[in-house]
Amino acid sequence: MSNDAGQEKRIPYIRLRNIKKSFGHVIALDGVDLDIYSGEVMALVGDNGAGKSTLIKIISGVLNPDEGELSLNGKTFKHLTPSKAIELGISTVYQDLALVDCRDAASNIFLGREPLKAAFFVDKKRMNRESEELLRRLKVSIPSVTTPVEFLSGGQRQGVAVARSIKLQGRMITFDEPTAAMGVSESARVLKLIRSLGDEGFAVLVISHNLHHVFSIADRICVIRNGRLVKDFRTENTNPDQVVGFITGSNRYSGEYKEENITA
Amino acid sequence: MKRTKIKLLPGNIFPQLLLILVLLAMVIFLSVASPFFLTWDNLRNVFDHSSLYIILALGMTFVISSGGIDLSVGAVAALSGVCMALAMQGGLGVGISILIGLAVGGLVGAANGSVISLLRINPFIVTLGFMSLARGLALIITGGIPIYGFPRAFTWWGSGHIGPLNPPMLLAAFMAVLAALVLNMSRFGYYTLALGGNEEALRRSGVSIHLYKIMVYLLCGVTAALGGLVVTARLNTAEPLAGWMLELDSIAAVVLGGTSMKGGRGSIAGTLIACLLLGILRNGLVILSIPSYYQQLLIGMIILSAVIFAEVRSRKGLASTHKKERSTAV
Repeated sequence: MSNDAGQEKRIPYIRLRNIKKSFGHVIALDGVDLDIYSGEVMALVGDNGAGKSTLIKIISGVLNPDEGELSLNGKTFKHLTPSKAIELGISTVYQDLALVDCRDAASNIFLGREPLKAAFFVDKKRMNRESEELLRRLKVSIPSVTTPVEFLSGGQRQGVAVARSIKLQGRMITFDEPTAAMGVSESARVLKLIRSLGDEGFAVLVISHNLHHVFSIADRICVIRNGRLVKDFRTENTNPDQVVGFITGSNRYSGEYKEENITA
Repeated sequence: MKRTKIKLLPGNIFPQLLLILVLLAMVIFLSVASPFFLTWDNLRNVFDHSSLYIILALGMTFVISSGGIDLSVGAVAALSGVCMALAMQGGLGVGISILIGLAVGGLVGAANGSVISLLRINPFIVTLGFMSLARGLALIITGGIPIYGFPRAFTWWGSGHIGPLNPPMLLAAFMAVLAALVLNMSRFGYYTLALGGNEEALRRSGVSIHLYKIMVYLLCGVTAALGGLVVTARLNTAEPLAGWMLELDSIAAVVLGGTSMKGGRGSIAGTLIACLLLGILRNGLVILSIPSYYQQLLIGMIILSAVIFAEVRSRKGLASTHKKERSTAV
């Protein structure tokens, strides 16, 4: 695997080795090795069906890989479950955000982790206060933490979803198409938020089709194609044309994909 | 951070305010139309009758808030009453017999919830099945014959006196306060509403949705059994056909009270007011000697108009608040 990232000294937050996954006779992932580091925004790019979503589902414990292993905190796992992943600090901001629309922002941020007082009552005041603090820290501005999230804009909802990931003690946050179906200024705000998470020391994994967005926030760009990780760039060492070349497979390099391009 | 001028609170309690207004209008109208309406004896009668509906509708509020429905409550009330009666006939104490009846209700509720949640089957059809099953069991174990004649300590639950009030009223009031606290302020209540709002979000937060769903139906089974206690004690008879159509009355009250059939929103206060409103309506029609056939017709019309009104309002209202909230959020 070519790797010009030069991160040998640092210990990755999560290390994937030889991850394979097929659905029936369709091979979704064909031996992926990937290291994701804290304090770094890593973008995973690739065409539709390249295996990006399968990979993040394996990382978040939703899918079990057929082969390979994941290492975190010095431990090695054959597979994770959603609750195990949360326990290990991996949280995923899903495309559909998985928010409870009719509940307010504070209730969503603390969903499953509500603080109690007198062992019975949910401590709503504390939830509101801590939600406000957290959103302020993330520079997400919403009308009020007691507003049902169905009244919030796409970017604000994304902010609430991120705040919830952090409340779940997430140390690694994965985004699946965070700027899909979002306006220009809205996207800019979300990208800024993602970038700031990297700067705060979180390990950030972003899946996106939008190379412009990817180049504006990522430290590293990994290209996945036909279930294999074909290139791992430092962002400063590459350009969009080169990345597109690897995504589509027109940019050949030593080794791995000879056959397709000859016939194409 | 700019704060919106439109607080959502008035919007949320608006349906309940409207219900209170309708309730007041009915009270005023009936007070004028009949000298008997505003007497303590009559009002006591209204409260007494409403208490049964309130007890059942409280459990139903949880189920509907969680995005489900429970059609088995009427049959469960009958089955629990029959079980209490048989336990007493068998020589068990009143307290133990009541607990057995409540346990039977809880058991049927938990069975409802388990099938719905673990096997992911539509709650409508599952509870329809358990409705028939519970009714059938009640008929089989009694041979279809009502059981009557219970100790005074048992009938007290239906026809006793506590000052000017009676046990069913106090039970209903106590349960309503408890239900409001649990639904609005406890984790169980938060998860009940989250289940109705977005089950998947709750699951991904690491909460056991099976556990909470089963608990919601279990709770509804227990409130149905409490209803069975009140009916059986009041009539001094355990009737296997008791509580006929009670499930529809309680669903109607819950929806009239502003709880969303889609789940995610529930109002205990609304349920309480709606039960009283329906109680006063039934009472008023009797006082004004309007034939009982018209009762059905009128109740149907009220429920339909309430649901249509709520739906239209939420479609229009939500859309406009939505825009305002967005534009003020910078």
